[in-house]
Amino acid sequence: MTYVSPPPEARSRGWYKRNEIAVTPFLFLIPAVLFFAIYVIIPIGQSFWISFHEWDGLGDKTWVGTANYERLLFDDRKFTTSFWNNIKWLVLYLLAIPGGLFIALFLNQTVTGIRLYKSLFFFPFVISQVVVGLVFSWFYLPREGLLNAILAVFGAGPVNILGDPSTATYGIIAAGLWPQTAYCMILYLTGLNAVDPEQVEAARLDGAKGWRMLWYVILPQLRPATFIAFVVTIIGALRSFDLISVMTNGGPFGSTRVLSFYMFEESLSEFGFRMGYGAAIAVVLFFIMLGFIVYFLWSMWRDEKGAR
Amino acid sequence: MFPTPIAKTSRSWQITYQSILPLALIMWLLPLLAVALFSIKPDSDFSTGNYWGWPSSFEGFTNYGKVFLESNMPRYLLNSLLITIPTVVGAVALSCMAGFALGVYRFKGNLLIFFMFIAGNFVPFQILMVPVRDLTIGMNLYDTKTGLVLFHIAFQTGFCTLFMRNFIRALPFPLIEAARVEGVAEWRIFWYVVLPLMKPALAALAVLIFTFIWNDYFWAVVLTQGPDAQPVTAGITEFNSQYRAAYHLMSAGSIVAALPPVAMFFLMQKHFIAGLTLGAVK
Repeated sequence: MTYVSPPPEARSRGWYKRNEIAVTPFLFLIPAVLFFAIYVIIPIGQSFWISFHEWDGLGDKTWVGTANYERLLFDDRKFTTSFWNNIKWLVLYLLAIPGGLFIALFLNQTVTGIRLYKSLFFFPFVISQVVVGLVFSWFYLPREGLLNAILAVFGAGPVNILGDPSTATYGIIAAGLWPQTAYCMILYLTGLNAVDPEQVEAARLDGAKGWRMLWYVILPQLRPATFIAFVVTIIGALRSFDLISVMTNGGPFGSTRVLSFYMFEESLSEFGFRMGYGAAIAVVLFFIMLGFIVYFLWSMWRDEKGAR
Repeated sequence: MFPTPIAKTSRSWQITYQSILPLALIMWLLPLLAVALFSIKPDSDFSTGNYWGWPSSFEGFTNYGKVFLESNMPRYLLNSLLITIPTVVGAVALSCMAGFALGVYRFKGNLLIFFMFIAGNFVPFQILMVPVRDLTIGMNLYDTKTGLVLFHIAFQTGFCTLFMRNFIRALPFPLIEAARVEGVAEWRIFWYVVLPLMKPALAALAVLIFTFIWNDYFWAVVLTQGPDAQPVTAGITEFNSQYRAAYHLMSAGSIVAALPPVAMFFLMQKHFIAGLTLGAVK
């Protein structure tokens, strides 16, 4: 047995040098993980905790167990309205996907100036939702609004979309669909760009045309774009807050509230802050979202595994 | 190419297409064009009920001048800028480093941390509202730009890390290995090898985050209160209550508030769209 001493340069190198490859990733991760943990991950847990309390945001928290949730689920008409409005948002917002696909197909041509057309069609997405909300609330105005001016040309009576509880939510969703459709359009335009031209030609030789071509040849190749469009649309629908706040502020008669807006209203309401109750609403919203999050993550996880 | 290229179709359809195109665009942007028209009209047009006719006089300069000289608008715009730019720098810096760590190294928990960033990014941010507001008040940062910036950096880091990590993943790995064989220190590999290759990703993220943060409204109303710290999205509501029913001024104000991200988009269009459609093509 001969004892082999470690090579001198390895001894003289510091601990960091020897473990460089193992340590570096953690050093690089620390700032991001720290920020993310403090502002995102830990607050999720805290919200759960707060939702079991009654709290005005200043004094001590009082433990009330599941009282907040019981009130929410069995004894709160505002919550029920908000919940069903959220469902309406979710379902109708998905129209942005076929809408975006339709516009993308319309614009996927090479004529002069088409690039400018594409950017101008995309334009609504770049504007803040606050401005979109303002623009649409003026568009809907019963007296000054352009919508009624157009309806008048066709002889249809003036409508007050945002003033009528039965139409207000749909009016806001329509405003939200405007930028969201633009977003889906740009996703599909990029997707269409990458469609394999040989497959399209081959299908054409086989006599595929129009709808059948779209359904059997094009759409399968657009799957990644559709997935992302789906993700961003669902998230957008559940996050809807700006438009409601700007266009109707929850009214008329509370008919346009959604969970995210109701939560804000309860937590910072003018009749005293009800943080515990607000947190409980946020938790419910979180659980609605969780179903989707799990599905999204699962799909992405599958792709990651496949990539290895 | 699908649908059939217009050049290969009949002459009549070509003409139809060319004429539908501008019409469709006008229809699509109609609500916006209406606001643009309002913003150059004189006050008197609204009292006489001339909403949609030709403006009786061109008052664009007066209206926009009022927005800039007789309201808090310039202040809100400056606030927006002072919130947006540090956030862009901070979020891009943090996510570059995190993306590098997650994209280049293999270690236990890599995918787990990565998925934590993705998941946090999908969370409805209302669930963060109460604790984050409390935390910000606790740090004495309520109603300050710093408070808003810190939160935005943290939240945007989720999306940015997802973006950066996937981008770095697609870089040629042998390049990094070659540098290692040469004995280059890891942080130098990051700085001199990886970072220069990431320029397109940096540009794309910077414009995207600029737009997202400029357009944020929810956190602006949760974490700030007055003209000292509020960005323009929140300020516009105050502006509108100041000029209630003065549609020409409110329209001009909205257009001013919306303009910076629009300018950013048209200047950096290629990067913007590359960032937004990341993953839309495999």
